[in-house]
Amino acid sequence: MNNEWPLWEIFIRGQHGMSHRHVGSLHAPDAEMAIKNARDVYTRRNEGVSIWVVEANNISASSPSDKGPLYEPSESKVYRHPTFFDIPDEVGAM
Amino acid sequence: MYAQMVKSAGTGVKSREEMTEQERAFQDKIDADIKIEPKDWMPDDYRATLIRQIGQHAHSEIVGQLPEGNWITRAPTLERKAILLAKVQDEAGHGLYLYCAAETLGVSRDEITEMLLDGRMKYSSIFNYPTLNWADIGAVGWLVDGAAIMNQVPLQRTSFGPYSRAMIRICKEESFHQRQGYDAIRKMAEGTPEQRKMAQDAMNRLWYPSLMMFGPSDKESVHSAQSMAWKIKINTNDELRQKFVDQTVPQAEYLGLSIPDPDLKWNEERGHYDYTDPDWSEFFDVIKGNGPCNVDRLAARNKAWDDGGWVRDGLLAHARKKRTRNLAAE
Amino acid sequence: MTRDEAFLQFLLRMGDNSLILGHRVSEWCGHAPVLEEDIALANTALDLIGQTQMWLGFAGEIDGGKSADDLAFLRDAWDFRNVLLVEVPNGDFGRTLMRQFLFDAWHSIMLGRLMKSSDERVAAIAAKASKEVTYHLERSGDTVVGLGDGTEESHARMQDALNYLWPYVGEMFASDDVDAEIAKAGIAPNPADLRAEYDELIGRVLTEATLIIPESRFAHKGGRDGWMHTEHLGHLLTQMQWLQRAYPGATW
Repeated sequence: MNNEWPLWEIFIRGQHGMSHRHVGSLHAPDAEMAIKNARDVYTRRNEGVSIWVVEANNISASSPSDKGPLYEPSESKVYRHPTFFDIPDEVGAM
Repeated sequence: MYAQMVKSAGTGVKSREEMTEQERAFQDKIDADIKIEPKDWMPDDYRATLIRQIGQHAHSEIVGQLPEGNWITRAPTLERKAILLAKVQDEAGHGLYLYCAAETLGVSRDEITEMLLDGRMKYSSIFNYPTLNWADIGAVGWLVDGAAIMNQVPLQRTSFGPYSRAMIRICKEESFHQRQGYDAIRKMAEGTPEQRKMAQDAMNRLWYPSLMMFGPSDKESVHSAQSMAWKIKINTNDELRQKFVDQTVPQAEYLGLSIPDPDLKWNEERGHYDYTDPDWSEFFDVIKGNGPCNVDRLAARNKAWDDGGWVRDGLLAHARKKRTRNLAAE
Repeated sequence: MTRDEAFLQFLLRMGDNSLILGHRVSEWCGHAPVLEEDIALANTALDLIGQTQMWLGFAGEIDGGKSADDLAFLRDAWDFRNVLLVEVPNGDFGRTLMRQFLFDAWHSIMLGRLMKSSDERVAAIAAKASKEVTYHLERSGDTVVGLGDGTEESHARMQDALNYLWPYVGEMFASDDVDAEIAKAGIAPNPADLRAEYDELIGRVLTEATLIIPESRFAHKGGRDGWMHTEHLGHLLTQMQWLQRAYPGATW
């Protein structure tokens, strides 16, 4: 039997109000230890307030050939991105 | 630079006419600075070369823990002990990030570890040199990490996404390493006569091994040309070595340390320092396993791995039992 | 014994425990069974070194304006006030983690009480340290359970570790004049009073780990009053203090 610890993908919420972001991976025997390892490995510089772990082989990913249909529609909606709008300097930060 | 003399797989750079349509599309992406991600199609040679390079880089971080770890229990103050321990811990973290990047290419951590342990894969020659006095710890941070950063900063732009992201994370942490090293050796250079002697001794022993970190000249290497076309190598070894020398000489002057190279001098015409190349026969000896510490370094890694087997197995066995029990309880 | 003398002894006991254990744990750096554990152990050691700086820094102020480094690097073995448990050699990873767990359990209970110390600075140091040690205990406890309830080999090794370390547990709950004086001033609890809570805590974890606590209550002693340390402490200090001793007066 393969005795290698499973691989986990680590997601960390860096600040309150932000969403969890993928920061990397690590190995751990189970989810509890994966969370603890994530704390030790990925928050050495106080980077996190909340940690999610997902066993890597439980992640379903779109295959690269899907890239067209899945992503192109949103790419055309550039107005969803704030930088699309030109704000006059006098208005100040927005 | 923790990856030295990584042989790229394949026969060298293909012209566009020689490429298949898939290969052309792949090269176009790279030329357009679009990152290659693990599930994207990639040439087998690209994958194999990357595994070699990332693996060698990761192994270097891990073996690199040893020469510095050698001084953790002898650090002269509580603060220095904490800084050094945090630094060596970071090296372990860097190794971990890089192993994870390699895993996305289909080689597991255990597999790649075994390749280090049985000598199939290499690590940087620098870590086969000993750390003999406390100033070595400063010198390693300043010179060795300084040399590593030269290579790592451009590698943040490397074509393979996971590798690039690991390098970004590593570079963020690495500047702390070089600064703490310079700070530590500066304290020595400005200290008692004995401390100055330690600092100069460290400089004398580590200067040329630091220059070796960039590897021999590769201007004409087909491997380098291929790796550069793939953007997994960004600069030639000589470019980086020159940059390192140019950066380091004034820093050494500030410390009042002399660089053990009588021919080192500023060349007004080139706008660079002229310097003496390291003894490449010594370098090849170290690469072949005859450096001062090769045998001990590898033995230490093998011992840690072998001694740890029961721990890895034990914790995994418990996790499996727990899962079975939880399933049964549902 | 005056209150100030007792207070200094108390601070040295807290500081030396974290100093010596932090040193022992740091010996693992680069040699742990798996990278994730290597990194985690270094975090524990770093926390302990940080706590040392706080405790010994405070102790040094009382002790005629010494620095934490003076106390760590320029005292001889008989001046050290750590319990014997923390100075015994690491042994295998199992023994290191078992020792960590047995100490963390005491440490977390102790710090919990110290947070209510009548001395504000003690309370503040304890508050910071307590957060760190709560995590140490969680991690070492989980590892002890995992290895105790793991394979046959890991189980046997953990039981060996417990058997070896058990005689060093009792010293953490020994009480003497120093403790009485300090307890009277409301600075710290009498260690003997923590034993019931400790037994309950480790009993729970060790049962889950399927390990058996030895019946003997025999306890080695001599660390926390410096009367008789183990032979191991001298070797540890030889390494730790070497540079400071060989080059007196240098700054690093």
